[in-house]
Amino acid sequence: MSYTLDRADLADLARGAALLGTGGGGDPYIGRLLVDQALKETGRTITVLDPAELDDDAFVIPTAQMGAPTVMVEKIPRGDEAVIALRTLERHLGRRADATMPIECGGINSMIPLLVAAHTGLPVVDADGMGRAFPELQMETFSVYGVPGSPLAIGGENDEMVIIDTGHDNKRMEWLARGITIRMGGVAHIAEYSMTGADVKRTAVPNTLTLGLRIGRALRTARAEHRDPIAALAATMADTLYDKVRVLFRGKVVDVERRTEAGFARGSATLEAFDGDGKLELTFQNEHLVARVNGEVRCIVPDLICVLDSDTAEPITTEGLRYGQRAVVVGISTPDLMRSPEALAVFGPRAFGLDVDFRPVEELVPA
Amino acid sequence: MRIGIDVGGTNTDAVLMDGTTVLAAVKTATTRDVTSGITTALDELKRQRAFDPAAVNAVMIGTTHFINALVEADRLAPTAAVRLGLPSTASLPPMVDWPERLVTAISGRAYLCHGGHEFDGRHIAELREDEILRVAEDIDRHGIRSVAISSVFSPVNAEFEQRAAEILAAQLPGIAISLSSEVGRMGLLERENATIINASLRELADRIVDGLAETLAAAGIRAPLYLSQNDGTLMDVDFARRYPVATFASGPTNSMRGAAFLSGVDTCAVVDVGGTTSDIGVLQNGFPREATTEVSVAGIRTNFRMPDVLSLGIGGGSRVRETGGEVTVGPDSVGYRLVERALVFGGDTLTATDVAVAAGRAEIGDPSLVRGVVDRSLAEAALQRIAEDIADAIERMRTSPDPLPVVAVGGGSILLPDSFGDSGRVHRPDHFAVANAIGAAIAQIGGMVDRIFPVEPGQRRAVLDAAKQEAVDRAIAAGAKPGSVRVVEVDEVPLAYLPGNATRIRVKAVGDLQVEAVRG
Repeated sequence: MSYTLDRADLADLARGAALLGTGGGGDPYIGRLLVDQALKETGRTITVLDPAELDDDAFVIPTAQMGAPTVMVEKIPRGDEAVIALRTLERHLGRRADATMPIECGGINSMIPLLVAAHTGLPVVDADGMGRAFPELQMETFSVYGVPGSPLAIGGENDEMVIIDTGHDNKRMEWLARGITIRMGGVAHIAEYSMTGADVKRTAVPNTLTLGLRIGRALRTARAEHRDPIAALAATMADTLYDKVRVLFRGKVVDVERRTEAGFARGSATLEAFDGDGKLELTFQNEHLVARVNGEVRCIVPDLICVLDSDTAEPITTEGLRYGQRAVVVGISTPDLMRSPEALAVFGPRAFGLDVDFRPVEELVPA
Repeated sequence: MRIGIDVGGTNTDAVLMDGTTVLAAVKTATTRDVTSGITTALDELKRQRAFDPAAVNAVMIGTTHFINALVEADRLAPTAAVRLGLPSTASLPPMVDWPERLVTAISGRAYLCHGGHEFDGRHIAELREDEILRVAEDIDRHGIRSVAISSVFSPVNAEFEQRAAEILAAQLPGIAISLSSEVGRMGLLERENATIINASLRELADRIVDGLAETLAAAGIRAPLYLSQNDGTLMDVDFARRYPVATFASGPTNSMRGAAFLSGVDTCAVVDVGGTTSDIGVLQNGFPREATTEVSVAGIRTNFRMPDVLSLGIGGGSRVRETGGEVTVGPDSVGYRLVERALVFGGDTLTATDVAVAAGRAEIGDPSLVRGVVDRSLAEAALQRIAEDIADAIERMRTSPDPLPVVAVGGGSILLPDSFGDSGRVHRPDHFAVANAIGAAIAQIGGMVDRIFPVEPGQRRAVLDAAKQEAVDRAIAAGAKPGSVRVVEVDEVPLAYLPGNATRIRVKAVGDLQVEAVRG
């Protein structure tokens, strides 16, 4: 179902999207403020389109931010960089977009298309190409199921624009775009994976904006009614494509090693159990890749590893992790579309250089 | 001997301590000018236990005056926020997410200028002196007296903030300048918010600090004066003038530490009932549990390290009403006017203190003014309401299924029942009413390390351990009890523009004051 998004929905959406961002995808506070401020200035509302209702020949250009989330918390955008990227790609292709769409779920990246919508009036398709967040541009269901990312357009705060076209080689597109992102200070705004409505229906993870909204709302109301927010999360996920939710660990952050490196936030974090018995180690590249408890894998990419405040279940992104935080770490099963052999070849553990095969969280942590 | 003073919104409490012994403890009403209340408290201390002012080694003051000024949007200076970051950051200008009434209260003006650094030390844009000069003119024209300067990635490189400060100071003699690189951590909006709040409190800080110094001098006390900081450690008065924002969480920190000291219980929920609010916090091994995610202060998002405290609008001065058969308590309070307005003091307003006295829980003022006058079932219903709300808040603060003992402190804790759920009997230690002042007097001692370390590959762990040990050693050298010192903060900022994997490492360790060391 298509609907209009209100300013009042933005906080819930950003919170839920940050949870689906599995540590990455950007800071939900800045994401929410960017859209809220733009809507306040333009007086527009945002139309969210159900992909099922999309015309097969509609033309969709997804928009996003790429780079290191550690940069974004300091270097906030000028505001129209993603619009510059979209317009640049439209000019290059000689075709106007009928809608924009997220490429991933995240506190910032679910919001950038909404920011573009606030500035342009374009509707936003309720779907994305990851159903979570991943660090690299080729790691998209669009890519796995045959839609090329090229041509890609980048827009920057000095009115600069770049077009990259690597044909069907999405990995090389990522590599070139990453180089430009680093020159731009570690964050850049992009438009890529232009496709038809028919391609969206075939390759996208559907209704993830709505899912983010539902998760954010469930966490907020559980908190307000003093119910267990983790139980509320599990209940919300039960009838979705992400139906297995497992608590992996509860404890305190005792170490965070984090670098802004090669256009990513890379590092690891260690949590110690509240009773001092046991350790959880997280490895991340923007997003959490693997969670090990006392050395044993408990959840691994592309399943979702979400670090939440132990009291409020507010998602904590990898750039927000700090010494002393009390957290609960939750594993969530990713949709089947993301667990196929061809999907795992693009964003399974080995695509990140991890010498481990994927195993579903529901197998690693039986209910 | 030391004197600990707590200046709350309602009461000013003072204690005279020698080592771990409380020699005298008094509770007086806070006055609008703050200082005459302190004078009264010092006089009463002397009356309770005569002491030679020259024998006092230190005076420690904890106050919620600054955070209250912000919450009440009162006594704040006209303030400008100058951000260096263009062409970036224009989408979210300074104060973008502030409540409108606070922007108005500080006559807040926001300026965006070129400047800022990338994460690796490159310049986003060069600083333009002509822009800063134009900002100075505008600030002057609008009668603004305090400025907050923020710059993108200033924790990595603060040169632009410092340069802009020099230019503004030269143009605007006497202006107070606060730099974000000296106030907060990574996260532009949160750090900038804290800096603007700090700037808006600078004039008040000058007034209060001057007043405190004069008051103590008039009482013949020549000992150094300290203010409590958020983490329970002390700052001297010069620091307090520049960074009043660092006092924001000292109230709950002092009350929790005072509660632990008085009760001997080091893992518990502490319920501090004052005149206007009840603050519920949790102590773990003697340390206040910290809030995990960003803390909003008066509706403004910051990234201070603050104790995790739940505040309810229930206090000794809370107004009690009955409408349509339902009894409500607070959230409005008669505050420091309790002694004129409450029924037990001959006033005309039914307060929570009155119902506690009517129900026989306490002897305050003239009980005959309420007993047999205030309807008994109304009093019971009001106390029941208070007990339920507090029990609910304790339940929310609990993170494990194990029963959590409850320690009640603060003058208003007479409102609380004798037990909560499975927590057992409520601990009400001696001197419970002045726990905050005791918390101030048993201040903690901090050791800080903040410098740039070369981190060779594979050596990070060793470098961090060394930095932590150094912070612990410094705390002990400064007078902390060795076994009590704990690392409370570790922050690493990689400085990619310097060779050798340079990293700015900041570690703070905090421990209990070795009281014997200052006995005198």
